[in-house]
Parts: sequence; C-alpha cells; structure tokens
Amino acid sequence: MTSVDHRSAEEIGRTATGPRPVPELGAQKAAADLSHVDTVLSNGLRLLAVRKPTVPLVELRLRIPFGGTAPLHAATAEVLAETMLTGTARRDRIEIDTELALIGGELDTVVDPERLTISGNGLAAGLPTLLDVLADALTAASYVDDEVARESARLVERLAVSRTQPRVIAREALLRHVYGDHPATREVPQAADVEQVTPEAVRALHTASVLPRGSVLVIVGDIDPERIAADVERVLGGWSSDASAVVMPGLPEVTGGDLLLVPRAGAVQSQIRLIAQSLPRTDPRYAALQLANMTYGGYFSSRLVENIREDKGYTYSAHSGFEFTGTTATVGVDADTANEVTAAALLETRYELGRLVVVPPTAEEVESVRQYAVGSLLTATSSQAGLASQLAALTAAGLGVEWLAEHPERVAAVTVEEVAQAALDFFAPARFTGVVVGDAETLAPRLTALGGVIVGEPGK
Amino acid sequence: MAETSRFTLHNGLRVVLAPDPTAPVVGVAVHYDVGFRSEPEGRTGFAHLFEHLMFQGSESLEKLAHFKIVQSSGGTFNGSTHPDYTDYYEVLPSAALERALFLEADRMRAPKLTRENLANQIDVVKEEIRLNVLNRPYGGFPWILLPPVLYSTFPNAHNGYGDFTDLEQASLDDCAAFFDTYYSPANAVLTVAGDFEPDRARDLIEKHFGDVPHRPAPPKRSFAEPPPAGEVRGHHTDPHAPLPALAVGYRMPDPVGELDAYLANLVLAGVLTDGDGSRLQQRLVHREPLVTDIGAGAGLFGPFEARDPDTFSITAIHSPDVSAERVLTAVDEELEKLAATPPDAQELAKVTARWSASLHAEHDRLMSRTLSLGAFELLYGDPSLVSRLPDRMAAVTGEDVAAAAKALRPDSRAVLLVEPEGGAK
Repeated sequence: MTSVDHRSAEEIGRTATGPRPVPELGAQKAAADLSHVDTVLSNGLRLLAVRKPTVPLVELRLRIPFGGTAPLHAATAEVLAETMLTGTARRDRIEIDTELALIGGELDTVVDPERLTISGNGLAAGLPTLLDVLADALTAASYVDDEVARESARLVERLAVSRTQPRVIAREALLRHVYGDHPATREVPQAADVEQVTPEAVRALHTASVLPRGSVLVIVGDIDPERIAADVERVLGGWSSDASAVVMPGLPEVTGGDLLLVPRAGAVQSQIRLIAQSLPRTDPRYAALQLANMTYGGYFSSRLVENIREDKGYTYSAHSGFEFTGTTATVGVDADTANEVTAAALLETRYELGRLVVVPPTAEEVESVRQYAVGSLLTATSSQAGLASQLAALTAAGLGVEWLAEHPERVAAVTVEEVAQAALDFFAPARFTGVVVGDAETLAPRLTALGGVIVGEPGK
Repeated sequence: MAETSRFTLHNGLRVVLAPDPTAPVVGVAVHYDVGFRSEPEGRTGFAHLFEHLMFQGSESLEKLAHFKIVQSSGGTFNGSTHPDYTDYYEVLPSAALERALFLEADRMRAPKLTRENLANQIDVVKEEIRLNVLNRPYGGFPWILLPPVLYSTFPNAHNGYGDFTDLEQASLDDCAAFFDTYYSPANAVLTVAGDFEPDRARDLIEKHFGDVPHRPAPPKRSFAEPPPAGEVRGHHTDPHAPLPALAVGYRMPDPVGELDAYLANLVLAGVLTDGDGSRLQQRLVHREPLVTDIGAGAGLFGPFEARDPDTFSITAIHSPDVSAERVLTAVDEELEKLAATPPDAQELAKVTARWSASLHAEHDRLMSRTLSLGAFELLYGDPSLVSRLPDRMAAVTGEDVAAAAKALRPDSRAVLLVEPEGGAK
C-alpha cells in the first residue's frame, strides 16, 4: 500500500476524548409464550406442533429411532435414507420433487446410528401437500431396483469423498477408540457393505424399522396447532404398527485413558479430539455443567479459545460441547492445529482442563456464561427452523416446549459453587480420553513425550 | 416484518432500520464497502486478515473485550469478507442494543492495530486456511481455484484467502493505510433489525456514531475486464480428493445494472440443478449417470454479494471412469436445449416457489435478514429490494431463461479440472 496521506496505526487507535465506558444493559423482555400441542396419536407417534407465525412457512422434523446390530445395518440404513424419497406406489421421483417444489418445499432424509430423521419445510399453505408426500413415503416407498442400484453407486462415491475429510477421519477414529465395535461407531458405512445392500433388504428394513410408535414429529410454523393434530392423525393414520421403533443399544460409559495418535501421513494439520462422560439434560446438575462447559471451551470467550487461539494462535477454532445419546451424554473437546504446535496445543488443552478443576470459574466468568446461555438460546429459537431443530433434539430425551421455556430460570438459579462442583466432577483431565489424528512421524516424538499418548490404529 | 427506514448521519454513515417485535432479539451489522477485490497486489488475503484485526481491540476495549462483551450480553457475533464488501455483525437479546452499537462505533472510530495482534492473527488465519483449504479435499473449490482461470486481472483473479508469503509480509502500516482508506463512515452501512423502537435506536445511533469523524469514501473502482476470448482451461492437482471434479465458470450480466438479466441467470441455475426434477440432476445424476453431484449458481459464495463482474458456475464431482469431456458435452447439450426451447410455466413455478420460500426462511433468521438488508443497501442503495425479489423472480419468463442459457457459451468460459493426486489417505 503506497498511500502516504494516512494516519499511523497508533494515531488511528486514539481520539481526543479518550476511552469511553461500555453502556449498561437495558431491561430484557422474555420470549413470547409458544402455543402448542404435545400429544401421542393413535398410531403411537408423538406429535409436537408449535405456532410461530413469523413467516408464512412451516418446518417439520420426524425422528424415528433406527438402531440395529446386524452387520449390514448401517449400510442398509444409509441406502434406505438415500432412496426413501425416490418413488412410491403413487409418485415417481420427479413427481415427488415437482409437488414439493410447487409449495416451495423440500424433504430430506438423514440417518445415523441412533435414528432416521426426515426434515422438511415449505410454504405454510402447502402443509397438506408436505404431509401427504411424507405419508406416502412412510407407507408406500417402493425402493425400485434401479433407484437402489444407482443411489448405492452414488453413495459409494460419496463415502470415498467423505472418508478423505479430516473431521470425518477423526470422528471415526475417536468413536472406535472409545466404543470399540459398538453400533454407534458406524456413522459412515463401509463402501464394501453398501455394495452388498439389495433392494429386498432395504424394503425389509423399512417394514421392520420405519415405525410410528416411539417416533416424534415436530411441526413449527404459521399453523394452528389444534387443527394440525387432527390433520396429522388423518393423513398419517395409515402409518401404523404394533411394534415400536428400534432404539440403539446404550453406550458404555466413557472412562479416561491414553490418547491415541492415529497416523495420517503427510497431513499439514492435526485433529485433536478429547471426550469424557457427561450428564443428560434431564439431570438436575445439567445447567451447572452447561455453564462449566461454556467456561472451558463452549463459547468464544472461553478459557480454551482465549488461550490457544487468541493468545497463542495455535488454532482457528477450538470448541467443547455436549453430545446427547439415548439417556446419556458426553462432552467433547476439539481443535485443529498445525503440526509444529500440535503437542503444545494438547498441553494447553489439558492444562485448561486441570485449571477448570483447581481454579474454578469465578463469579464474573459464571455471569458471562449465564447471560450467553440464555441469550444464545433466545437467538437460536427465534427462527422457525432453529426452534424446530431445538425441539426435535429435546424430544429425544422426552422433553418439550416446557423444558425450553423453563431453562432460562434453571440457568438463572445456578450458583457459582454448583458450577465449580460440576467442573470438579466432570472436567478432571483423568476423566478424558481421545485421539490425535495427524502426521505421526512429525508428531509422535513430542506427543508421546507429554505422556498419556500412544501411537496406533483405533479399534480392536 | 415492518417497513424498513433509512437515513444518513452527517459523517456519511448510511443507516437501515428494520423493526420486528416478534422475538426479543436484535441484529446489528456494519458493512464496509471493501472486499478482497480491492486489496493491493502483493497483499493477497489482506481484506480478510484485516477483518480479523477489527476484533482485536479499540481505544475503549482491550484485546478480547469485544468477544466478552457481546457474549456476556447473551449475544453471538462474527464477520466475513466477500469480493466487494466486509461485514461485521452481532445478534443479541434486545436489552443489549446500545452495547452492540457502542462496540461497532468504537472500532469504526479507533481500532487498536498492534504488531502483536497482527502477528497472532496471521497465525490464526494460516490455521483457518489449513483447515478450509490445504488439509481438506476440494479445499477452495471452486472459489479460489476458478477465478484465476476465468479472469486475467489481479483484482478478479487472485486468491481472496491469501498466500502465506503475502500474509506474512503484511505490515502495521498496510493496516493503517487500509483502515484510513476504506473504513470511513462514509464507506459503510449500519443495519439494525429486530426488536427495538426506531426513534430510540436513532438517538442511540447518533449518540455513538455521530462523532466518528467523516473521511471521504474512496472513489469507486471498476473491476471490469473483457470476458475470455475462447475457452480457457486450468488444472489443479488435489492431494486429498478421491475423485476428479470440474468447475465451469461463465461471466454473467451486471448484478446491479442488469438485475433482471441477472435474475434470469438465478432461475436458470434452479432449472439446471435445483431438485431431482431439474435438468442436469435428471440427466447427469439419475439418467446417464455421469456425476456424483452437480450444482449451478450465481456468485461463488451465492448471489448478491458482488458487483460486476460476477461469475456463473457449474461444478461437478465425477467418477474417474467418466471423462470431463463427457460431462461438459452433456452440460452444453442441456444448455442448447434450453436456449432453443424455453422452459414451461410449471418448471419456472417450481424454481420461483422454492426461491420465495427460501427467502422467507432466510429472513426468519435475524442474522441473515440483518446482513441481507445491509448488503442490499450497500450494493443496490435499496434494502427494500430484498422483499421485492420474489416478484421480480416470478416475472422472469421462459424466454429470459432461454436467453440466459444461450449466453453461457462454450467459446467464452473457463474450465477448471481438479485431478486427484491419488493414493492420499
């Protein structure tokens, strides 16, 4: 930059009047009450319908427990998710897409080891069409041979792409290191398994597992909840079974232990992933633990981010957060770092765990995370899509609108001592295990010298 | 949503107010009229690096205080760098409106640019680039890789994330010059959206921003350059990618001066790749099938984030058994078909209904709405244009789409071929 007539950096950073005080916060209004219906339909499906008329749209989330222990379950479930909306007895693939498009809508299916999720949205006036197409797919998806073959082939290519993503590699390594061969580790199926999946197997899995009993449908938007309940009862009435949707076997408790350095030759960056047992939202100590976690690494102003990003520049993003599975929960810590600083970043990450325990969150730190916990929940649930996703997550634990409405009070009631106790009980470094994925040749000497790190491939 | 209103402070700062009381949250954004197309030669990535520095303290706030104040008020924040603008934004409980205005005003008036923070943020940005580009399959595809093939002048062609050598050479004086040139109130737009009283907001804005001294906005630069005279090709070897990929880049109508023609290109993109029933999805993914995934769109980060020249792109990931030529031939044939026979009313209705719904959804997220209003004020001088876009889109005819398809000519485009290095895990 050659411009000469500019101020110096020092001149830019000061004014004649000097620094100014930060304004006080004003009075905060509470979020509006959400008028809703939370009921179980005659086919066993739980329906949670919430009125939120901010825009003339509707958001829908259907979560079907979808556990399975068969060797090909993950691959078959993945093919099912990819082909469920490719045709029914009444509509072919293009007709499904056309009907949805004309109401500005979409339906998507995603499967993980715990559940099959169908997400949809569209103009509120198009809700009857959205529900009709959904009911059609649930009761009459046809999985014709050539759609299954073609989507399987595409899936194999996508899996190849997915398995080159460092975060996918790290996630798989972490799960295998911690849970061995538990079905929860099969988030991304093996390409060889997908190639073995037959249309008959997909149809059989649909019949056995796409079930209303134990599933939850969340609808949020510019709707009348009372009327929706009757509509859904009518439209989804044909979707019925005496059996219940299949819940994934519970996860074993995570116990602390060595970190595994998983080799990825030539990588220019490493993935650090730690994990420890935590508490579900239903536990009375959850709110305190939530605040302890935020103080550690759960938001940008946390100790971890200030240390390894803003002070030392080791990483672009560092983060800690909960993962809720069935009736249990874990807390995970992740950061991606350049090879030269990976060992130093791990050292600081563990140091901050230890420090959270022995130098517990101060009153000021707790006030900051308390405001953030309440405010970010307000922001996240201020849109239809955000509210629908938040509620869908809560329903997995049997919770609903009431929990969401009461959570600010729970957070407000947490004491500094309770946060310190939660930190002591759940963030001790010895409770954690995990993986570092990276160029082992470069990383091993320093990482193993730190102690508690061994080199190897995950899973036995 | 209530009506938006606009006014300009004495120092030239343009303000957009968009009240909406449906949730007790408020969004505040400042858009500066400078993006990576304006950065000087030898300083690739500078606009983005500077964005990081704007969070590192000001006359009233120590390093880290910005983050702490936003978050301890219950808010979330971020910033992002685009070809023609850089935005900074926060969404907070409405009780924190004045704080958010204070924070943006304080760093507009007197950011603290220090050598230590510059060095630290160069490290952070390098990690960001490793994360998003260097250590990831298809990193920077196509937004970093396609422009140098399609464009020939530095502003349009260079890497907006930056080369490590350029980033490392950035000096404090570069930062000072950049700030004084581009970060004047007269070169910025402040947007406030959500739960607030317009009259009170106006007073607070005057109180906090009113005494930021005026500096003239820099003269508007043209980044015009002729479209390629033939088909130009580029190759990139990706050490992490398992499958080959290609991106085709075309020049588009001026997004500001020829808005309706630009919108016809958006509809065209939808007709080509939006949904299972779209032309290219049907043929290349389902019928033949030649590719794993295909997408088309205006703007390399999405539409309405750049002035002229802007890029229409088609990207695909395909199996090694399928040649890039087969994919290109199929794309060209589908474009020719559209050019000869315009899409019918239902095909257009599908695209415009989805567009209209997605615009509603975008505006239901306060952060997106705030950013979109600010960007439209900055680029178009008209934030309310956003709400008229669905009607403008719906007015696009089949003939307009056919004309847009005809303009995507094989003899004036860029083709980028991404080849896997092979064997990399």
